[in-house]
Amino acid sequence: MISELLIRNGYVFDPLNGVEGDRMDIAVRNGKVVEKVGRKARLLDASGMTVMPGGVDIHSHIAGSKANCARMMRPEDHSKDPEPRTKYTRSGVGHTIPSVFTTGYRYARMGYTTVFEPATPPLKARHTHEELNDIPIIDKGCFPLFGNNWFVMEYVKQGRIKELAAYVAWMLEATKGYAIKVVNPGGIEAWRWGRNVRGLDDPVPNFDVTPREIVRALCQVNSLLNLPHAVHVHPNCLAEPGNYQTTIDTMECVRDIPTRGHPIMHVTHVQFTGRKGWSWPDVRSGAPEIAEYVNMHDHVSIDLGQLIFTNVTWMTADGPAMFALFKLTKTKWFNADVESETGAGVVAATYKKSNYVNAIQWGIGLELALLVKDPWKIFLTTDHPNGGPFTAYPRVISWLVSKEARQKVIDKINKTAQRRLNLPGIDREYSLHEIATITRAATAKSLGLGSKGHLGVGADADIAIYNIEPSKTNLANEYKAVRKAFARAAFTIKDGRVVVKKGEVVRDVRGRTFWTRPKVSEGAMNTVVNELESKFDDYYTVRMANYPIEEQYLTASQAIATTAEI
Amino acid sequence: MSRIEVTVISGRSLSQAQSRERGKFSDEYARSVAVCELDPDDMNELGAMEGENVRVTTGFGQVIVRAAVSKQAPHRRIAFVPYGAWASMLFDASTHTSGMPTLKGLKAIIERAPEAKVATLQEITNMKAE
Amino acid sequence: MRGMSKTTSENVICTFCASGCDDLEIRHDARDIDSARNGCAISISRFTSVKENRILKPLVRTRRTLRPTTYARAIDRAARILSKAKYPLLYGWSQTSCEAISKGVELAELVGGLIDNTTTSCHGPTILGLQDAGEATCTLGEVRHSADLIIYWGCNPIHSHPHHTTRFTIFSKGRFRKARKERRLIVVDVRRTDTAKLADRFIQVQPNRDYELLTALRTAVNGEELEQDSIAGVPREVIEELADMMVECEFGALFFGLGLTMTAGKHRNAEAALSLVRDLNYATKFVVIPMRGWFNVTGANEVSTWQTGYPFAVDLTQGYPRFNPGDTSAVDALARGEVDAALVVASDPVSHFPKAAVKHLLKIPIVTVEPKRTPTSEASEVVIPSAIIGIEATGTIYRIDGVPLEARKVIDPPAGVRPDVEILDAIIKRTKSLGVRR
Repeated sequence: MISELLIRNGYVFDPLNGVEGDRMDIAVRNGKVVEKVGRKARLLDASGMTVMPGGVDIHSHIAGSKANCARMMRPEDHSKDPEPRTKYTRSGVGHTIPSVFTTGYRYARMGYTTVFEPATPPLKARHTHEELNDIPIIDKGCFPLFGNNWFVMEYVKQGRIKELAAYVAWMLEATKGYAIKVVNPGGIEAWRWGRNVRGLDDPVPNFDVTPREIVRALCQVNSLLNLPHAVHVHPNCLAEPGNYQTTIDTMECVRDIPTRGHPIMHVTHVQFTGRKGWSWPDVRSGAPEIAEYVNMHDHVSIDLGQLIFTNVTWMTADGPAMFALFKLTKTKWFNADVESETGAGVVAATYKKSNYVNAIQWGIGLELALLVKDPWKIFLTTDHPNGGPFTAYPRVISWLVSKEARQKVIDKINKTAQRRLNLPGIDREYSLHEIATITRAATAKSLGLGSKGHLGVGADADIAIYNIEPSKTNLANEYKAVRKAFARAAFTIKDGRVVVKKGEVVRDVRGRTFWTRPKVSEGAMNTVVNELESKFDDYYTVRMANYPIEEQYLTASQAIATTAEI
Repeated sequence: MSRIEVTVISGRSLSQAQSRERGKFSDEYARSVAVCELDPDDMNELGAMEGENVRVTTGFGQVIVRAAVSKQAPHRRIAFVPYGAWASMLFDASTHTSGMPTLKGLKAIIERAPEAKVATLQEITNMKAE
Repeated sequence: MRGMSKTTSENVICTFCASGCDDLEIRHDARDIDSARNGCAISISRFTSVKENRILKPLVRTRRTLRPTTYARAIDRAARILSKAKYPLLYGWSQTSCEAISKGVELAELVGGLIDNTTTSCHGPTILGLQDAGEATCTLGEVRHSADLIIYWGCNPIHSHPHHTTRFTIFSKGRFRKARKERRLIVVDVRRTDTAKLADRFIQVQPNRDYELLTALRTAVNGEELEQDSIAGVPREVIEELADMMVECEFGALFFGLGLTMTAGKHRNAEAALSLVRDLNYATKFVVIPMRGWFNVTGANEVSTWQTGYPFAVDLTQGYPRFNPGDTSAVDALARGEVDAALVVASDPVSHFPKAAVKHLLKIPIVTVEPKRTPTSEASEVVIPSAIIGIEATGTIYRIDGVPLEARKVIDPPAGVRPDVEILDAIIKRTKSLGVRR
């Protein structure tokens, strides 16, 4: 193993360290970025190329029960997109829900080195980790779901925030999870009876708590546990034609909770909950209102969930939303409620340029990206595979850096949508620095991963080198070249080892699974564990002793310890 | 009469599952799977005694098993043969492009065969090789 | 054995039928089991008979007889058989751990073979059905908490999953249904099974006619009129009454078994059942959970799917995964006479496959990895004894409803007997060192 590497003379974009395209060398030793290396270091000539930290994807449904249900349900998704085995790689299939080996390789080919699976049902977390263990190259983690959990709702109802915090700490360790995820708080419990909640103040049947109370309590817990990431939220009302106000209300409902200088809430795939209007034929973009809110407030961050005009697979824990949308598409529908905790739904779908609503949704995502001023608050995702496959990120980048690229699509979309979107009138074009921010620096920072998303000394040597010469490239005009460059990295380096060369995987390595371990006082933990023991057999059909996952289960575990304030 | 037409279904039974755990070469296993459970009225019509051997024939094969009165009746004209090497002598390998062979719902004829012997597990395997 | 101290292990997970009962108490020392409590009769038999009928040494066929050999020789012979074959079949997988199945996929890719699991002759049609119709399902606890209507169709859990009714359905206690009288049980079957005897309503359907009955129910549930007086042997009024019960319940759960997948129609029956449940969701809350039979058949589907994209019948001969049941499925490939070697892991196809498939299987070299003597092991070229998952070896398994569990080791396996995952890993390493080129 070559332990010293010198990446020479590339144009470096390292937003976290204020480096904006300077020509400089990056030195690597034993998997970390270092000050300098010796003369025997392997040389990698990055002249004329763009060097960035490896991509960090904050939200992508790549592993676990619902992803696998989707794969099983959709053989037609795979048969046209096989990946033969090579000297270095295992075989697999794409397309919207790639098999695990293919997932890791395709991310690495784009220069991505860290990806988080954002919705893990705790009872089935072991499944998520089995899949994550198998995904090659990238570092990873998962977000367990809390927003419809019986223990959570009962603690919230009782106002016992301290015990709730201890419970969440217990769960993060039991599930080896990274952050608190909330999906349609209260709504998935209502789905037990085929219902949903209609908004933040609609009480959850049989539990007498509201979504607002659930979200607020979990945000308080997040602070008490000093967790590295904000509470990651998919708001109520996803399947309503007009839902942007719920999104803003959800952000607003936690504004008063003290933060530690970081956002308290991250609202995900806002494209799906950024619509204005009362009925489908009438929907408009709510992006300006949401962007205005995000611009004015520092306690929240968002990611796009950008739509791509292609065949997709919808998959989310939001069971009732999936059924509601299935009734519109009439394709095929998979549902899997998880006892006492959460649920999942999967629907096969297609987005068409000619479809009015699809075209509006496409516009909403881009409008959000272009109207939110601070790239540290808004991250590039497609909510893979809901908005589109992650392999479409380069296409999204091309739309962000080039108004011409956007216009080419606008010219082809539904005419009414063309007239009603704000997008045609927006001139802003992203710079490479901003792209580096929204695809790696900001996401790493949001996740609290201090060793990722930058190229300063001490960073993990996860590095992407792209075939773009910034001084000679007009991004807006040459958006096709930009797209091609981001689709196939010239080099991807993982922990200091070259894993991709000219867009092809040349080495198969295994990454680490990140999870958080908040340290809570013994007294608080004992109280909660006793309460769990007394109720567990009533709530679950699995015994408490068989529920937690041991650390050795993870092929390469990376625990992030935090000290809780309880 | 000494023969009847039935539909054969195969499946699990408690005793089949329990004895299988103890070992497939045991007498207990053979007793619990080399058997054909018949509706009591069908038994009467066939004229067979409880425990007497019968020959079961489908379009795909035949096997000698012990007849037993079903405790899960009524099911006129349906015979239950538990999963096992004996039942599989009767199955249709054709999967009709589904991958799944036909293990239930097979048209069959059951005849009294009191003099015939139930094959041992090894003999059954040998017959499958022919 | 004298001198070995006895202990009781609690919360042990049973590895038989996929109900995932995990409250077993096993009294044992390091090597032997004394007793098993809390499990069903099959479970107790499984734990207490753990030492019976075991294969204790690796075996290789020389001069037509299976003879004991060393582990290394058995591994070597196995690797040679598989790597020489043009179209090897790697079959079984439902009674071993996910970790072992993962090795199986790796080996199948390495030797360019067909990897199929027992789903192919069990609930394969259900998966084919859900590939068209989707599936509205849940974990078993949801049924326990909420279901006021339970339907068992074409399955007999009293015999196949003996604790199903007490853990999950009519005799269970849930948050919203605390007593038997709060639930109604309907059983649909061709015989009045022991499960049917517990039903509030038993509906006897004619063999091979489930598709018509399911379609009739769908018609009624969707508010359309039925024209015939009787369908599949069931009177129209009974069908309409059943449809009303389904639409008017608060939370219905349909469990179906091989009575649907193995009879005429097969995957179309499954599709009809899945479609019926989907349609019911327009009116009320309804779920369906197929009755998977082996403790890790679901795990075999899961691992196969996340690694290759497909749940069973996966052809890796071209260097990438292909799926075409009827063509790439074990019974068909064998019956066509194309398979030229087989690796069988924890399964007994010589006993259970139809004759036409077995006839060919008995002509080709078989490598069997298996704890207990079976007709398949007796017919093999190479037999490698393996440890029993959940008793002698730890491994991940998936319950009927997709809940993953870690079935832990309780006692040591017999001396020299290894876990499947180790054996398969050794075959992979030996195959690589023999220089397989694909």
